[in-house]
Amino acid sequence: MMELINHLILGFGVALTPINLLYCLFGVSIGTLIGVLPGIGPLATIAMLLPLTFNVPAVSALIMLAGIYYGAMYGGSTTSILVNIPGEAASVVTCLDGYQMARQGRAGPALAIAALGSFFAGCVATVIIALFAPPLAEVALKFGPAEYFSLMVLGLVSAAVLAHGSLLKAIAMILLGLLLGLVGTDVNSRVRRFTFGIPDLFDGISFVVIAMGLFAFAEVITNLERKGKRVVLTDVQTLLPTRADLKASWKAVVRGTGLGSLLGILPGGGAIISSFASYTLEKRLAADPSRFGKGAIEGVAGPESANNAGAQSSFIPMLTLGIPSNAVMAVMLGAMMIQGIIPGPQVMTERPHLFWGLIASMWVGNLMLVVINLPLIGIWIRLLTVPYRLLYPAILLFCCIGAYSLSNSSFEVALTAGFGLLGYIFAKLDCEPAPLLLGFILGPMMEEYLLRAMRLSRGDPTVFFTRPISLAMLVAVAFLILMIIAPAVRRKRKEVFHE
Amino acid sequence: MGIKIRSPKDFYSGLVFILFGVLAIALSRDYPMGSAMRMGPGYFPSILGGLLILLGFVIAGRALFVGAEGIKGGAVRPLLMVLGAVVAFAFMVQPLGLVLATLALVVISCLGGLEFHVYEVGLLYLLLTALAVGLFIYGVGLPIKVWPV
Repeated sequence: MMELINHLILGFGVALTPINLLYCLFGVSIGTLIGVLPGIGPLATIAMLLPLTFNVPAVSALIMLAGIYYGAMYGGSTTSILVNIPGEAASVVTCLDGYQMARQGRAGPALAIAALGSFFAGCVATVIIALFAPPLAEVALKFGPAEYFSLMVLGLVSAAVLAHGSLLKAIAMILLGLLLGLVGTDVNSRVRRFTFGIPDLFDGISFVVIAMGLFAFAEVITNLERKGKRVVLTDVQTLLPTRADLKASWKAVVRGTGLGSLLGILPGGGAIISSFASYTLEKRLAADPSRFGKGAIEGVAGPESANNAGAQSSFIPMLTLGIPSNAVMAVMLGAMMIQGIIPGPQVMTERPHLFWGLIASMWVGNLMLVVINLPLIGIWIRLLTVPYRLLYPAILLFCCIGAYSLSNSSFEVALTAGFGLLGYIFAKLDCEPAPLLLGFILGPMMEEYLLRAMRLSRGDPTVFFTRPISLAMLVAVAFLILMIIAPAVRRKRKEVFHE
Repeated sequence: MGIKIRSPKDFYSGLVFILFGVLAIALSRDYPMGSAMRMGPGYFPSILGGLLILLGFVIAGRALFVGAEGIKGGAVRPLLMVLGAVVAFAFMVQPLGLVLATLALVVISCLGGLEFHVYEVGLLYLLLTALAVGLFIYGVGLPIKVWPV
């Protein structure tokens, strides 16, 4: 306990320096902005702004990037409630009851409960990270290459299971991502693989290029194909929820927070699945489930708390094991590697300032977000009226400048356009790009661990089954796959995603 | 009786994966395979390529029997204009500088939208250029040329 307090004091010492406060504020403001604006998600934004952080100290960079992610969770609810379009993916379910509340003239309480629920969830998740990350890192320090390889398989497979859409396609996307990750000079043999003799590819494809192309560009193109006008309900009278609202929603907030924290830690988890699961849970537990979809405040309070808790607790596997549980964490991991940090359990012991500073900043950031979102709600509502045709050229420009600044090469910008085309094709074919990005980030590491494990075992592949921890993880993989193949679970999974 | 493709989405996804898998294996033939104990640079990509081909066949094969969803036709214009704008920026920024490259990007990408108002696009261009130069050149100090000379 004493140790925890010391760690948090160290963390707040880092997070509360003026410069880091500024980066945190910048991050959460940008996060709220892109959360509010439909058509651009946290992943594309982080990829877009990443090149700006190359010359910034690692702690400040990560504080800002993290702020964008959980800031987007706050902003996303605003758009769901007022426009009936999810500002970003984790706020999809908030549309169901949030928008109905707004139509009944209760937009204010819906916005307020979403922000307060998120704040509560953020505070709890911060403590959960501080409590659970150190023991997990301790276990992970004992891992050998075989354990790491199996852990990565487990992480990737569960990410595929929890992604929506076809499991087979998700696994194929992971494999493709792993292959793309191998492009460039192999560290062991110095052989240049899949480079076609192009010097720009000798150092591999930058994950910024892949993330921008598959997510930002492909999103812009598909958004432009969609027609239709948005109706913004700008009529927000009072923000204050009534006593009855609070009474009806506090349990949903607590349950959502618990569910989100749990689902965020699991590999493959994160904000999106947490919000869906929370909505389903609230509906199941409600005395009168028919109120849902007609403006039930629990349907806003639960999922909004869950998505923020899930967003934050998904930092746990990323920071302690070096395994990203979702695509945003994969980009964060890439950002760490660019800063010269080797992800894994040693980060906590070797860079306590970075680790605890980042965690403390999340609490600070959540506090800022309540202030940014509640009293300043009017500004965000006005932003909602900016038409998309003025927005997407800005997104494209920032992406292009970011891609160009990676190494001042036109090739990388053109390559980003190429991945934009690929992303568009995948969108048409219903292939989720997130698993590809996870595979891409883990590809080289996975090969390295496989190689080392096989060298240690003198070429005997049974090593993955004879070491207990590794075996346990592979059993978990088999269990997951069996579960998804079983028809009962399949139906359930469909239900959760379609509700 | 010919074979009917029940789910074009899955069928073509499968083909795409098979294509990438074949490409990976074909290219990996140039790299030493090594042995299980000392894996060469061709070993891991060959395994991945093989798995990808296998999955591709399963996905495409299933598409012949289950599913009924067609591929939604897309509009060609947004696709061409957005990607064209990016490629134009890519090849203009080095010789011509940020100001002109941004002009190309904004104009071409706006042509991909539903509405195009010259006045509005002009204003947007001025705003974005000012923002880009202010933020990226003066703010962050990126070494990007601003003007053609």
